Amino acid sequence: MKIKSKFHPDKNGYFGQFGGAFIPELLHPNVKELADNYIQIIESEEFQEEYKALLKDYVGRPTPLYLAKSLSEKYGAFIYLKREDLCHTGAHKVNNTIGQILIAKKLGKTKILAETGAGQHGVATATVCALMGLDCTVFMGEKDIVRQAPNVARMKMLGATIVPATSGSKTLKDATNEAIRYWIQNPETFYLIGSVVGPAPHPDMVARLQAIISEEMKWQLKEKTGKENPDTIIACVGGGSNAAGAFYHYLDDEDVELIAVEAAGLGVNSGESAATSQLGEVGIIHGSKTILMQDEYGQIVEPYSISAGLDYPGVGPLHAYLYESKRAKFMNATDKEALTAAYELTKIEGIIPALETAHALAVLPKMDLKKDQVVVINLSGRGDKDLETFIKHLDH
Amino acid sequence: MNSIQQLFQKKERNLLSIYFTCGYPALEDTTEVIASLEKSGVDFIEVGLPYSDPLADGPTIQDSSQKALENGINLDIVFEQLMTVKNTNKTPLVLMGYLNQMLKYGEDKFCQKVVACGIDTLILPDLPMVEFENHYKALFDKYGLTNVFLITPNTEEERIRKIDSYTNAFIYVVASSSITGAKGEISNQQIAYFERIKNMNLQSKLIVGFGISDKQTFTTACEYANGAIIGSAFIKNLGQNGIAKIDDFIKPIIA
Repeated sequence: MKIKSKFHPDKNGYFGQFGGAFIPELLHPNVKELADNYIQIIESEEFQEEYKALLKDYVGRPTPLYLAKSLSEKYGAFIYLKREDLCHTGAHKVNNTIGQILIAKKLGKTKILAETGAGQHGVATATVCALMGLDCTVFMGEKDIVRQAPNVARMKMLGATIVPATSGSKTLKDATNEAIRYWIQNPETFYLIGSVVGPAPHPDMVARLQAIISEEMKWQLKEKTGKENPDTIIACVGGGSNAAGAFYHYLDDEDVELIAVEAAGLGVNSGESAATSQLGEVGIIHGSKTILMQDEYGQIVEPYSISAGLDYPGVGPLHAYLYESKRAKFMNATDKEALTAAYELTKIEGIIPALETAHALAVLPKMDLKKDQVVVINLSGRGDKDLETFIKHLDH
Repeated sequence: MNSIQQLFQKKERNLLSIYFTCGYPALEDTTEVIASLEKSGVDFIEVGLPYSDPLADGPTIQDSSQKALENGINLDIVFEQLMTVKNTNKTPLVLMGYLNQMLKYGEDKFCQKVVACGIDTLILPDLPMVEFENHYKALFDKYGLTNVFLITPNTEEERIRKIDSYTNAFIYVVASSSITGAKGEISNQQIAYFERIKNMNLQSKLIVGFGISDKQTFTTACEYANGAIIGSAFIKNLGQNGIAKIDDFIKPIIA
């Protein structure tokens, strides 16, 4: 019998002291319905068959595990890239939206609601809604609508209604607030959340749906290296869904080093940063107790990162627990370091990564890598959506 | 007996409560707003603690909260302002805020300050029942505080019965599945819901909120409940017409 992992949530949705469902009573029936059913649905044969078939034939899984030779040579280690950027729609986000849309259908929901930062989750949600013929509303910060224009166009083409979030910092935090408010007013909708954040059971549900990443890594590594376990896994963290997926099946294997990379913006202590673990304290955001950036009175601080997908003042409760328990090591990369890493990967490997993903790549120069160390970097998304930013910084 | 129970002993019907945001429209307005509301004959006052991310509030209260925060309001200033009205104000105050504000301030310190201000009733819309049962009930009991829970058209009877047993103030009957904000009128569906709650013969008093905006909606709500709370419509009026016109807003409602 498999021993229950300490990294699975308890019955109230807690990972250690983090998690829970801090929601207005108005949302209790929605969250309860999902909490009562999600594990049973996900573990059912019917779901698994449909989910796996769509991941294979529609998303294009398994995604390759690629030994990046030039990168490996440069940093003196065996560096593998888990190519989530090759997923349909351009990022790991679709693993989750395929899973959740099937859950929504099982629960008889016809209207889908989502928030988006960089627009990757919005596109992935609009895509599965088009696929299933369901109504799709996406909240996106007004500021992000401007800086991620290609994804906005894609969502519109896919038939989604995009609602600009005009409150607060007009980014992911506010898009999530607005999505939750819309959910309160339209309780018949299914909130297809994009990361391992929000009230329980959303963080656990999303982690389970992204776990396919590390599930594949295990057999792919076994094929390539003879061992299922790498020495190190690196992933970027905003809310933390790609990291949760890349870490999931290794959480209990303490010999695998897990590195979560946050966005430092202009520098951790510059006042313009999104390095939540370094700047945050325990608090409640979007229905979950976690680590978040706040002032001395508990007002949520507006974060900053060049990357719209990492520009979030909190972190999923699982990651807060991984940080507190020291199971994962938290590092960070500035805007500049991320841009440099993105240019480097493009130049020596011919892969243009998303700005979010570039943060994970950016810690390589800061690490003390050993010659035979096997490192997997979760290449969570491709950089097409960030071309404008890349072009702007091309000469710098 | 807490301040709200004492109020209910004196008056059981047509109770009018007004919600306002501390530090709005100007930082120093808190005390004057309370004094004006008392003078106008409001039965109890919901004191809103401005929060950066108020999930249960609509645009009007969001805007007033943001303005108040820009004005420089914080919990220490709020408590100072409430201390200054403690001896003059006789209208019961209920404090409404979000859980993270209490968490960050320090749960015990927060409760001590609330009690020091002569307040015994809290509304924390994002405090779920399970967290109350596991932790906050004991904390609030220790300080003689009571928590007000919200119910909605979707709340199951069993949960309503539990909520009824947990509060020593009232049950906040959310008029519809909604965030705060004036809606204009009350539908037949809402009336059916009010009647269902009324017929449950709960021991707690019922106060209707969310979507109550004027004399008409107030009167309808009071047919099925002990009273009602007006928030967004009041804030809108306060923002447009200022403190001097508070009486003009309240008088027609209670007339």
